[in-house]
Amino acid sequence: MATIDARAKTGRMLIYRHSLAVRLSHWVNVLCLTVLLFSGLQIFNAHPALYWGQYGADNDPSFIAMEAVEDGDRAKGLTHVGSFTFNTTGFLGLSNVDGEATARGFPSWLTLPSYQDLSTGRRWHFFFAWLFVLNGSVYLLHGLISRHFRRDLAPEGKELTLAHLGQEVANHARLRFPKGAEARHYNTLQKLTYLAVIFLLLPLMVATGLTMSPGFNAVAPWLLDVFGGRQSARTLHFLTAFSLVAFVVVHVAMVILSGVFNNLRSMITGYYSIEQGDE
Amino acid sequence: MSRVITRRRFLIGSTLTASALGLSGCDALVESDRPKSVLKIAEGFSMKTQRFLLGDKALAREFSEADLSPVFRSNGTSMPDNPQYLDWMSRQFSTWRLDVGGLVEKPSQFSLAQLKAMPSRTQITRHDCVEGWSAIGKWTGLPLGALLQSVGLKPEARYIVFHCADEYEKTLDGSGWYYESIDLVDALHPQTILAYSMNGRDLEVAHGAPLRLRVERQLGYKQAKYLTRIEAVADLGRLYGGSGGFWEDRGYEWYAGI
Repeated sequence: MATIDARAKTGRMLIYRHSLAVRLSHWVNVLCLTVLLFSGLQIFNAHPALYWGQYGADNDPSFIAMEAVEDGDRAKGLTHVGSFTFNTTGFLGLSNVDGEATARGFPSWLTLPSYQDLSTGRRWHFFFAWLFVLNGSVYLLHGLISRHFRRDLAPEGKELTLAHLGQEVANHARLRFPKGAEARHYNTLQKLTYLAVIFLLLPLMVATGLTMSPGFNAVAPWLLDVFGGRQSARTLHFLTAFSLVAFVVVHVAMVILSGVFNNLRSMITGYYSIEQGDE
Repeated sequence: MSRVITRRRFLIGSTLTASALGLSGCDALVESDRPKSVLKIAEGFSMKTQRFLLGDKALAREFSEADLSPVFRSNGTSMPDNPQYLDWMSRQFSTWRLDVGGLVEKPSQFSLAQLKAMPSRTQITRHDCVEGWSAIGKWTGLPLGALLQSVGLKPEARYIVFHCADEYEKTLDGSGWYYESIDLVDALHPQTILAYSMNGRDLEVAHGAPLRLRVERQLGYKQAKYLTRIEAVADLGRLYGGSGGFWEDRGYEWYAGI
């Protein structure tokens, strides 16, 4: 990763860590995934229930569903997960819209737009889905041609031993991050996580999204077989979205814990500062 | 889903609060015209890409009897509030006629019996609501292509418009008539049928009796119910809101393949 070194006066050294293509596609991705998440929750709210299989509507068994029910003279929000029911009043199923208790799956502050408007949610979702796919395609092509994947992301054999992975997990748990020469490249946990996100979760989002399209089903009916139906694909789309949210939460936490300024600079300018002397 | 607040009350309520209390930053952005017109680009991309990949003839998945939904949800209007319709209904649709006109060589009227006597197609397909739910039903009807062939399309005809007997939601301009439109690629597709039967029985009122459209490669709102008139046109601009359909006039995509 480090190709151009620039000596700094502080005893630290700036290494060139992220290429322009990686930095640009990263920030376009941040924008796309943000809009896709909030507009996706808007779309989900139009029918806040998830099913498995080829079909699923009100009368079919769902394994996640949100609803508002009457409870005496008040209303409450319920979330069903399998055979369990949780009272989620104020957050899921029923939440305040301008001071008024309103039936909605996710609350206003998590949807784009904030009020219920499926058609606008869809417009935003599909526009940014296209941008996301184009951005991802450019990134994948660049990663292959520039050997970014092989050089920076593919773990070496010795990194995949249980002893090494155990050591890294222990270091992460103690919030001890690599320093010096070690910090020149991604650690193995980073590599494996990024690979899983790039080659598993993000493509899964696109594929399950396309499987919900009746038009695309005619193009590629085999997608229905891969995911077991439109409703299974819709459920997987939702679960994968939340896996990505979980990834982002951990990712941002790691960025903060291992040095916000240094990490942000490297993702904006490309230059990352490491301690000297461990060469 | 909600047992407390009906969808209509909920939609009206949320629209009023959004306009009355002013919009937050994000909402102001989503409401302005420039971003809206930019976002519309995506619909063109989706349609062109799907049409390129699937061509004119690729079929929607057809299922088996075992896959049929035990309960097929009805959506939108379930009982048209229209005296003319109620009269047809009371006579088991024996006086109902389908009017086929516009840019056709032989404008014609068809009784239900005449339509049922024409060649038919039966298909078990999935109905995908834009809201996200799906149901699988068995439909029998006559291919729209065969009907159009019998009346002869004029060369200028580019779209087929479906006029319906139900007013779904009266709007401020007084017209809430449900209507829909498709282009000739979908109109002539083998699975595009005018269905008079569902799951082996005459179509129920809630599902669009006596005749509804099935366009299997698009979403539920394209599947117009309670058909009364089919019109071939050169462009969609002069009809109602000008966007080619009841929901399209209210912001939904005209091409509903995704």
